[in-house]
Amino acid sequence: MIEKKKQGMFRKEYAWRGITVFFGLFVIALTIIIGAFLVYKGSDTFLKFGHSIWEFLGSAEWDPVDSEEGGGSVGALIFITGSLAVCGLALLVATPFSLGSAIFMTQISEKFGGKFYRPVVEIFAGIPSVVYGWTGLTVLVPAIKTVFHRQVGHSVLAAGLVLAVMIFPTITSVSADALTAVPDECRNAAYGLGSTRWQTIWRVVVPAAAPGIITGVILGLARAFGEALAVAMVIGQTTALPSGLFSTTKTLTTEIAAQMGNAMEGGELKSALWTMALLLFLISLLFITLIHQISGRSEKEKGGE
Amino acid sequence: MKERMKRAKRMDRFMTAVFYAVAVFFMVLLAAFAGKVIIGGLMGAKPEMFGFERQGTLGNQLFNTIYLVLAALVCSVPVGVFAGIYLAVYAKQGPLTKFLRICIETLSSLPSIVVGLFGYLVFLVFLGMGKSLLAGALSVSILTLPLLTTTTEDAIRGLPEGYFQASLGLGATKWQSVFHVLLPACVPRIMTGVILAAGRGFGEAAALLYTTGSGSTLRWGNWDITSPTSPLNLLRPAETLSTQIWNLQINGQDPALANLAAAVLMLLVLVFNIAANIWSRRIEAKDSGEKA
Repeated sequence: MIEKKKQGMFRKEYAWRGITVFFGLFVIALTIIIGAFLVYKGSDTFLKFGHSIWEFLGSAEWDPVDSEEGGGSVGALIFITGSLAVCGLALLVATPFSLGSAIFMTQISEKFGGKFYRPVVEIFAGIPSVVYGWTGLTVLVPAIKTVFHRQVGHSVLAAGLVLAVMIFPTITSVSADALTAVPDECRNAAYGLGSTRWQTIWRVVVPAAAPGIITGVILGLARAFGEALAVAMVIGQTTALPSGLFSTTKTLTTEIAAQMGNAMEGGELKSALWTMALLLFLISLLFITLIHQISGRSEKEKGGE
Repeated sequence: MKERMKRAKRMDRFMTAVFYAVAVFFMVLLAAFAGKVIIGGLMGAKPEMFGFERQGTLGNQLFNTIYLVLAALVCSVPVGVFAGIYLAVYAKQGPLTKFLRICIETLSSLPSIVVGLFGYLVFLVFLGMGKSLLAGALSVSILTLPLLTTTTEDAIRGLPEGYFQASLGLGATKWQSVFHVLLPACVPRIMTGVILAAGRGFGEAAALLYTTGSGSTLRWGNWDITSPTSPLNLLRPAETLSTQIWNLQINGQDPALANLAAAVLMLLVLVFNIAANIWSRRIEAKDSGEKA
């Protein structure tokens, strides 16, 4: 009787273990399948339509034909430049503010920061991007139009600012985690040597938390890079290289969002869009590798001590 | 020397003021943003906008949003929880586990539009589903999967080592320990993860652009699940609140409705995120109380 119960117990154990292993493998399979599909669809531009990788990455001539014959040009430089410009601007604006807020909530006003400011910021990380985009379109775009006397308010500037507000919570909360993780001994030692609070923060705490802060910035960048609709609403969607803060342009994601629905299955346009999606996938892989490199190096340094 | 110290102190006061200014500035900005969206949206609303008509209302979209997220969670919660259990309990240190972690990270950093394209390709092109709520829900479930897996793993790992050891010591198998001891202890934590995942699903638009379609003709009272106008049908096109905002933006008509949709969406997400936040704080307080 007991033997039988034991057997059942073990059979159950193996069955459930099998199920958890299956779902673990399922996650791996899903990721590989997504990657494989992107490579499979994205490589058509190069293999089926015979464009070179350099044309795709380095030329600004974007005129793919929406049919299976091909023969257009697939230079995606406009979108790549657009993405870089918008995300660069967003980082430039968001990083100082995020770092400042993170320092404020962890080093200066810990009680208020931890109890109120930080949760509020974290909650804002979850606000849907269409809401940011819609607010940008209805508030920011008209504002830019009147303040700078432009004909249209849609611009790289508007997109950069919308993204900056969007990634601000991400960078802030990751940096705040990194700043909190700096041991109190470091801080007390600096104070003991007669540093002011600012000297302690700037010369001791921030350098010690640097890897975590950089990770936060990269995470923010990744979020900005992948954002499609919020940017599409405020960037103006013209196929031209951006020439300044106020010019309208397109990014990788906005072009995919705008064109995918009209493109013919198997056509050159569609495969060029898939190649852009593949590029986005590769960029997000690059960001992950960077984060791993940074955290790996900082752990090694800690181990070396 | 004295001069230097004075300068350092002045600098310290100056920077403190700068940090206060930064913090206040962003707090005001966030408050103004939330206030503008919620109050502005509700002020411009007409009562008939809350109806369930084919056009000019958002009742159907609100229903679709909740229904879609529910369907997405039904798919992703089991997968995420089991994968999390695998990582926390069964996985051995090795290349496979390492690779699984890299996969989860990759999934979590995928741009949502890429996931949408993948969903479009697999569910619409290969499986021939047609634009449908189910295709959108499955795409969203891919997006929420990494969050659920990591929350489950962290929740189990966050339990005191003694729980698992004691259970094994009493002769339980690993699964019995997981099911009867570990999981019940970390249900609240997993639930906060589920709430956060739901919050993410509510706002998702890019992944739904090519998977769920737009327009929503529902006939309330038609509970035949196979009929294309039945609210419960999973295989019908379904516009959610976020795609509604996007579509209204493209057409440039009815900004008041888009404002209201943004307000409702924001309220929905805020309520869920604040609930998750309060809940996880309560758990933390309880946990630290037990330890003391």
